[in-house]
Amino acid sequence: MKARISDDAVAIACGADAVAAAFEKAGVEVERVSSWGMHWLEPLVEMDGVGYGPVSPDQIAAILSGSAPSIGRIADHPFITRQTRLTFARAGKTRPTSLDDFYATAGWIGLAKAREIGPEAIVETLIASGLRGRGGAGFPAGIKWKTVAGAISDQKYIVCNADEGDSATFADRMVMEGDPFMLIEGMAIAAFAVGASKGYVYIRSEYPHAIAKMQAAVIACAHLIAPFVIEVRVGAGAYVCGEETSLLNSLEGKRGEVRAKPPLPALEGLFGKPTVVNNVLTLAAVPWILAHGGDAYAAFGMGRSKGTMPVQLAGNVKHGGLFEVAFGITLGELVHDIGGGTDSGRPVRCVQVGGPLGAYIPPSQFDLPFDYEAFAAADALIGHAGITVFDDTVDMAQMARFAMEFCAIESCGKCTPCRLGSTRGVETIDQIIAGKNVEANLALIADLSETMKFGSLCALGGFTPYPVMSAINHFPEDFR
Amino acid sequence: MTNIADILAEHEGSEGPLLPILHDVQRIFGHVSEDAMREIAHALNLTRAEVYGVVSFYHDFRKESDTRPVIKLCRAEACKARGVEALVPQADSQTRVRIEAVYCLGLCSVGPAAMIGDQVYARLNQERLVSLMETA
Repeated sequence: MKARISDDAVAIACGADAVAAAFEKAGVEVERVSSWGMHWLEPLVEMDGVGYGPVSPDQIAAILSGSAPSIGRIADHPFITRQTRLTFARAGKTRPTSLDDFYATAGWIGLAKAREIGPEAIVETLIASGLRGRGGAGFPAGIKWKTVAGAISDQKYIVCNADEGDSATFADRMVMEGDPFMLIEGMAIAAFAVGASKGYVYIRSEYPHAIAKMQAAVIACAHLIAPFVIEVRVGAGAYVCGEETSLLNSLEGKRGEVRAKPPLPALEGLFGKPTVVNNVLTLAAVPWILAHGGDAYAAFGMGRSKGTMPVQLAGNVKHGGLFEVAFGITLGELVHDIGGGTDSGRPVRCVQVGGPLGAYIPPSQFDLPFDYEAFAAADALIGHAGITVFDDTVDMAQMARFAMEFCAIESCGKCTPCRLGSTRGVETIDQIIAGKNVEANLALIADLSETMKFGSLCALGGFTPYPVMSAINHFPEDFR
Repeated sequence: MTNIADILAEHEGSEGPLLPILHDVQRIFGHVSEDAMREIAHALNLTRAEVYGVVSFYHDFRKESDTRPVIKLCRAEACKARGVEALVPQADSQTRVRIEAVYCLGLCSVGPAAMIGDQVYARLNQERLVSLMETA
């Protein structure tokens, strides 16, 4: 009998190491695996397929004697059976840095297929899959690869953007901590497709567990991806470095200031060379697409949003965690049916989708389907598909203020609307909260938002108006 | 590695090595001093202003030494939704540890969350945070 316990950061933060130690002390073999993504049950213990959670060390005797309540077979749990797990197919099932486990679960098949069909066919497959950048911008990945493949240069780079700074997002972290070889396989396929010899994974410093796992995995499989070489680089606490050009400057050892585009990074990226910059989830989706074909991937989803999206349920939600599903599911299904409403038991007041730059959405719009275009039409964005749930105790004026404050703290300072606008935004919202010239100041915020939206160089200043204006428009009573 | 020259030697031949060098200096010395910046600038053929600009840009690098333990407390939206703001007055009422705001530790479904060194903590309440502040 083996106790399978996750060594993902969420599990560890919830006490998984102490639970694992207690099982070992009781003479039970412990296997540390990736997380199933059912975070409200962490630390989750699996024995012969049956799950127990959340487990504390004092419950181990009861689990071993069979008297502890279980959640049944984990694989049959509705939270799992309702998902379409392509990217997270191995979640909960394999030891993250075990090459044996990776081989045994169809690892490297996508790369083998890629080497068989050659660079041009790889790009065609990716275009056929309809895969769009999962970092937030939603740009077609195949088109980006085609541009880099067509560029003439002595040196090209693959850069994996693992600077997952948005609140409510943790899918990148879970890929790196749970299935690092899949990400490496995706990067190796990209490198082969565009003719790159060097790859960087830029991971934020707030993710020490992901950094350690990626470093171990890169060393363990270096011989399988050669001559392509991957190096792990660590960020230094700047949110704006999640923006691709800022990330490139940071990799070069500079201040993480945003670059004006053009030139596109695909043509003049890292050290001025053609560079593929893709998010973790984008690259992680690639092995499945190569192994099963572009059309198989495109069969999932709706409209121009093809495939699946690892949705992250966070904040004040009862069943928080990772839920991978085909595009098209509605927000209401995700929040209520899957997420189970709030953790506090109070009514849901709103959700924020897409991190700190995403709009606040009231329950009256919960019929919105998860689709890039549908969200854009509703003045919202999917971003990295993180959903933060708030109950009715939230003060939306404070959340609007925080959006401006966050932008002020994290602005790189390169463009004026973002650098100054955010600070003026905080001051103006403070006036509104204090009840001074409320209508005039609200008009001023609307005007400022317009300037930031259209005048900023990147999404930080450009999208901060989304949470601010959506809070004002949907919850005017909190501002007056 | 005990001095800046050793750290610099470790990164020789690496592309764009400034951030990895600064991380090592910060980790070993607890801050990046003016002398360290001068030596790094000289070795990488950069101006002191360029190195200073990088050190001051990133939240992870500190120019002055502070030997107190650090608790990074997540103050981002998901942790706010789970009540982190109610913990802040208590955290700010002591000086034994330095409380730094961090915007997301990726533990957004089990907040409030915090990090001390590489150790992560979730589902914090007043009592657990006090215990972290006493033992960090």
